[in-house]
Amino acid sequence: MQNEQTVISPKSLPLTIRDLTVAYHRKPVIWDIDLTIPEGKLVSIVGPNGAGKTTLIKACLDLIPRSSGEVSIYGQPYKQARQRVGYVPQRESVDWDFPVSALDVVAMGTYGQLGWFRRVSKRSKALSMQALERVGLADYAHRQISQLSGGQQQRTFLARALVQDADIYFMDEPFAAVDAATERAIVEMLKEIQERGKTVLVVHHDLATVPQYFDWTVLLNMRVVAAGPTDEVFNQQNLRRTYGGKLTLLTQAANEVERSR
Amino acid sequence: MTWYAIDTWIVVVGALAATASALLGNFLVLRKMSMMGDAISHAVLPGLAIAFLVTEARASLTMFIGAAIVGVLTAVFTQWISRFGKVDEGASMGIVFTSLFALGLLLIVQAADHVDLDPGCVLYGAIELTPLDVVWRPKLFGFDLEVPRAALVLGGVTLLNLTFIIGFFKELRITSFDAELATTMGIHSNWMHYLLMTLVAVTSVAAFEAVGSIIVIAMLIVPAATAHLLTDRLWVMLLLSAVFAVASALLGHLSALVVPSWFGFADTSTSGMMAVAAGLLFLLTMLGAPRYGVLAKYFRKAESVGV
Repeated sequence: MQNEQTVISPKSLPLTIRDLTVAYHRKPVIWDIDLTIPEGKLVSIVGPNGAGKTTLIKACLDLIPRSSGEVSIYGQPYKQARQRVGYVPQRESVDWDFPVSALDVVAMGTYGQLGWFRRVSKRSKALSMQALERVGLADYAHRQISQLSGGQQQRTFLARALVQDADIYFMDEPFAAVDAATERAIVEMLKEIQERGKTVLVVHHDLATVPQYFDWTVLLNMRVVAAGPTDEVFNQQNLRRTYGGKLTLLTQAANEVERSR
Repeated sequence: MTWYAIDTWIVVVGALAATASALLGNFLVLRKMSMMGDAISHAVLPGLAIAFLVTEARASLTMFIGAAIVGVLTAVFTQWISRFGKVDEGASMGIVFTSLFALGLLLIVQAADHVDLDPGCVLYGAIELTPLDVVWRPKLFGFDLEVPRAALVLGGVTLLNLTFIIGFFKELRITSFDAELATTMGIHSNWMHYLLMTLVAVTSVAAFEAVGSIIVIAMLIVPAATAHLLTDRLWVMLLLSAVFAVASALLGHLSALVVPSWFGFADTSTSGMMAVAAGLLFLLTMLGAPRYGVLAKYFRKAESVGV
């Protein structure tokens, strides 16, 4: 695909970041980020705690103010491109005792397309039900969401992302604290989304599974240490530069890299 | 106990104030900002006072505007102070509303000479007197009704809040549940926040005059919290909170008439009793709710241990 002699215009690039800096209380959290993500990739964003992974995602989504820099999505600023963007926040970011059912939560994915004052239509309910079926939660559609297991809650969030029907997805730790079955289900879904030509960025913690799940990787520690195809950038040298002296993690990851080759 | 037409109107006025507050209260409770209702209903005082001082009259519209502005300012200042002053939101709210409330008291005391406004009345209200201020005498089904001003004003506010919630149901739901997702979709949770705060301020002012701030503060939180114990559906919660609001008003007035005589006293503050009734209803629900009640949880635990 990339061999074609076409000039890549920013419009065909799902995400372009130029000179992005974000600071809290004048202390930079991410610093001078330049990043270009090609279309149709499954991208992991990895880095130590406090490296600014969530901040990077939130800055891309216009959720937090930027100190400087530009983010464009398919060549447009976020405001104009928001219909093409899907977001899966961290599971702990919401109150699971909220009086809504799994189906209600998934239907929220359609609110952006519905517009103000419009009521949730039968069609969006049907779409939401389909999405729940796809993540294997059809039987739980009418359960209040605190009665779902952690993995089921995460799958509910993914179903919501599916009905958003976006071209680029930002997911903040969808694999956090899920059971093995859910992890497999999520990976399968991510690949399926990718097969439809969509781009997915995932904040990921488990270095061991990076080479197996993701074809692109961004190594982040305040700055972008390295970004590119996983088999090119996910190596010991870059990991050492990203994680510093945390050797246990490094050895574990290095073993994993060796094994995957 | 004798029940007069006046008693019916007291209950109606109380029920309307309670319902208007309870409807908004659902979203305060779900957004984990119940104390914001408390803060705003105190902080509107300087808005009221300034409106009095400027117009030298108890003109309702100016008061509403003054209070709405200060109400929104409370929310804005709270956010500013917690962002720039490195204090958490609770402390920041405490700073803002106590300062504004104190300022309001000072203004009222200063103005007391030429305005008929009494700080005590603002706090406790004078619901027992509201039926005397009759502004409309329609003839309905052969009855001569004497509709007090407070009932009209609070009826209007209840209708306004109801329209707001029905019109923005989906927006309120998503911004309360997942503010960030809502914002990425272009449903700015900050706008909904300030809209909600404006209505809380307007409701506080409307209720202040008639029933005092105690009812507003209680009804912004208690009926919604009670309803949340009984249901997993948002619209059912809204409905139940209104039912609890009306029930508190009715029970409150009844007990204000009856209970003190058991102990040999004359009748007592109806507003206070309405708030107490709301608290008792909460207590009963907390104990007896079928799924989230204390007893239900206890028996479920006992059962699972037994197995």
